[in-house]
Amino acid sequence: MGDYIVLIISCIFVNNIMLAQFLGNCPFFGTSKKMETAVGMAMAVIFVLVLAGVITWMAEAFILKPFNLEYLRTIAFIVVIASLVQFVEMFLKKSIPALYAGLGIFLPLITTNCAVMGACLININEEYTFLQALVASFSYAVGFGLALILFAGVREKILLARVPKPLQDTSIALVTAGILSMAFYAFKGMV
Amino acid sequence: MLDAVIFMLGLGGVCGVVLSAASKIFYVYEDPRIAEIEGMLAGANCGGCGFAGCAAAAAGVVNGKASPSVCIVAGPETANAVAAVMGVDPGSAEPKKSNNLCEGGHRATDRYIYSGINSCRALSQLYGGKRDCSIGCLGYGDCVKSCLFDAIEMGPDGYPVVNEEKCVGCGACETACPKNILVVRTMSDKLLHFNQETNALAPCAQTCPAEIDIPEYIARIKKGDYAGAVNTIRERNPLLLACGRVCPHPCEDYCRRGIEDDPVSINQLKRFVADYEMNSGSRLPVTCAPSTGKKAAVVGGGPAGLSCAFFLRRLGHDVTIYDMMPKLGGMIRYGIPEYRLPKEVLQWEIDGILNLGVDYKPNVKFGKDFDLKSLKADGFEAVFLGIGAWKDYSLKVEGEDLDGCFTGIDFLTRFAVHQQKDSDKSVSIGTKCAVIGGGNTAIDCVRTLIRLGAKEVSIIYRRTRKEMPANMVEIEAAEHEGVLFNFLAAPTRVIGDENGKVKGLEYLKMELGEPDASGRRRPVPIEGSETVIDIDMLVTAIGQGPDTGFVEDIDDLKELELTRWNTIDAANPETLQANIPYVFSGGDAYTGASLVVEAIGGGRRAARSIHQYLTEQPVEPVTDSLYKTHIKESLFDTVPGVNKKARTPMPELPVDARIKSFVEADLVISESDAQFESSRCLSCCRLCYNKDSN
Ligand SMILES: Cc1cc2nc3c(=O)[nH]c(=O)nc-3n(C[C@H](O)[C@H](O)[C@H](O)COP(=O)(O)OP(=O)(O)OC[C@H]3O[C@@H](n4cnc5c(N)ncnc54)[C@H](O)[C@@H]3O)c2cc1C
Repeated sequence: MGDYIVLIISCIFVNNIMLAQFLGNCPFFGTSKKMETAVGMAMAVIFVLVLAGVITWMAEAFILKPFNLEYLRTIAFIVVIASLVQFVEMFLKKSIPALYAGLGIFLPLITTNCAVMGACLININEEYTFLQALVASFSYAVGFGLALILFAGVREKILLARVPKPLQDTSIALVTAGILSMAFYAFKGMV
Repeated sequence: MLDAVIFMLGLGGVCGVVLSAASKIFYVYEDPRIAEIEGMLAGANCGGCGFAGCAAAAAGVVNGKASPSVCIVAGPETANAVAAVMGVDPGSAEPKKSNNLCEGGHRATDRYIYSGINSCRALSQLYGGKRDCSIGCLGYGDCVKSCLFDAIEMGPDGYPVVNEEKCVGCGACETACPKNILVVRTMSDKLLHFNQETNALAPCAQTCPAEIDIPEYIARIKKGDYAGAVNTIRERNPLLLACGRVCPHPCEDYCRRGIEDDPVSINQLKRFVADYEMNSGSRLPVTCAPSTGKKAAVVGGGPAGLSCAFFLRRLGHDVTIYDMMPKLGGMIRYGIPEYRLPKEVLQWEIDGILNLGVDYKPNVKFGKDFDLKSLKADGFEAVFLGIGAWKDYSLKVEGEDLDGCFTGIDFLTRFAVHQQKDSDKSVSIGTKCAVIGGGNTAIDCVRTLIRLGAKEVSIIYRRTRKEMPANMVEIEAAEHEGVLFNFLAAPTRVIGDENGKVKGLEYLKMELGEPDASGRRRPVPIEGSETVIDIDMLVTAIGQGPDTGFVEDIDDLKELELTRWNTIDAANPETLQANIPYVFSGGDAYTGASLVVEAIGGGRRAARSIHQYLTEQPVEPVTDSLYKTHIKESLFDTVPGVNKKARTPMPELPVDARIKSFVEADLVISESDAQFESSRCLSCCRLCYNKDSN
């Protein structure tokens, strides 16, 4: 049990996928202008990453490993994740329209999100068990969502501040992201 | 190597099969145009249009939430291609534009000194802003910062100015503004807007039953932008030539200048620009929303029906007007005489409405030639009943149907029909005529009789001049033209000669007693004061109500609820929806005999409800509606900073010239007078106004 708590804390804070491992920069900047979109995106990532983590773990364990095809891992995962997202989109549209209305527009945007891909590859590299992979995927996604929502909050506040002209918009966002990332470095060594 | 190739092929194959199977199993019908349009957009998912990604924008276009020019990256060719898919003309598709609703700016005074950061959002956290006006612009330009297209700049007067050319209607400014001063709206949204308690409105604009943006059109006149003024009026009132001539301008009673000085002559300014357009020789273009393919029938082509048809057409619906008379216009054609509103002018105005693609069928009477059932059968989904008030009340005294006795509407209509040569029935008049009543109809009857050459024409009214409901200018004009007024006289009997022809009228003298429910002092008869006057023609014009006889004759109309005044009932005065859900009413048929502006406002209100009904939205009244009330804080007792400047008088034909013919009696003011009069306007808003400079 204790191991899992350590794993969760490590994935959310210490090794935060965005702020410590710098994966998933595009949605991090693209969807953090408004709190509303940030929350939607965070939910979508959690949903997709858990599914992707599980499916890719199974693909590794039951197909790639037995046939000694580990060197195809990256390209195979890309295909699997992309198809998965497409599939999930269709499934939601038909079966859970309410959820689709909330997440639908974000799903195609994260088809090729590196945070999703990164977390799946980490799961394999760390040689996690199935349950560990599930928990880790979920925690990484929560970590990403946390970073995104924090960042959106900060950006909304920045709008109110007097930013020097050359630093406005994306530049100040990058600076802010850097500071946020340094703050997360404080968690290093905790686990 | 080979296993890698086989594996990838296999993986690709499996994914392909699964996905194609899934797309069959989880198939949801989606408008194919969405995919087609999505393919045309830039595919950058940049979000600049305000939608989350290109797919969402494409869906927005198809659902009518965005215009074909939604994509800000792709440019005009794409807009044209998208418009072609949607089957609309990219120019007339309904683009959204940002509108600034506050023009107070620096004029508004401050309640406290603020020294925080330059941001509206921050300032609004502190007691809703520093300005006196609770709804006005805060002036720090959050909207300017939010606009990605450089379409907004802070104007010199301290409020944002939107550049319509650059605005793409993305709505970023609307989200950025903490005061809801900037709103993005389509033309249809604007046409359907009704005054709300939270709007930035001057007292005059709150009063106008048609809700015209009066300060805006006067400001345009002042700038010499007469076309802009006409367009501003036409957003609320399609009959500006008619209103400019006959409106008793209730707005002027609330003019702020009127508190210290004479009110601005608002209606003469309206007439000035309306005549300007007509005399310019060309009509200003009027745009209509893309066609919706829905059909609505308008019964009655009076001001209410014309207004309803005009707005429904502009909202994109197909409209047909049915009328029992040979020509359209209703009471303003068959009641109001030629010398007040020339038929040629009226026809020019009506043609402008019909030119938008409104169909009309004259000479058919509702309840006789057609009814609700036949309209339904012809594919009309909603019906507007604007049949006006055409049935004269009767005096209920002995002898009122003797030869030589007429009712007001009957007399005026017969004469108008005769004058327009719609029929060759002639009208014979007497030499000593009495008209009973004190309203517009009575005055129009006497002034018509004078022009027809009657020797002596008098008005018999049971109250005094002060209580007469007719327009004040009309009463004065009648006095100048030599009409005799017999006040405080209540007719008791009409006396006939041996041939059944009227020869005298007996009345009782009255005196004013206690005020009644309407606040006017009730006339009470003086015992034994019977007086007889000699007359050879009598017109009774004591009011009129709607002619709703069809309710008894037609089966599916039996359930139509009427009030005890015979007007068509509606559960809510703002939706104007009758108890039969697809029937709506407005104008005199709903209010009882009233005014042209009132009918025009009613027609637009009904058009809003019909639009909601046709587009399958719930038919609901306006939220925070300002219907028939005023914003308390905007009404002042004194107005500092106003210097007296005399109001422009109305030019009119000299009396001896006008009583011999039916040529128009009131004339239009000159351009320089219009400039002067518009400069008298204080450009009021809710609280602020421009003080006179010297
Ligand atoms: C003599 C007179 C002078 C006036 N002067 C002024 C003035 O100076 N200023 C002012 O603001 N207002 C004035 N008014 C009031 C103003 O004219 C009316 O309030 C206004 O015309 C009402 O418009 P409406 O569309 O509701 O009805 P109307 O104008 O009465 O139009 C009703 C239409 O319905 C048609 N209709 C009726 N029954 C049927 C049926 N069964 N089937 C088919 N069609 C039918 C009629 O032919 C008519 O065209 C005056 C009215 C009168 C009578």
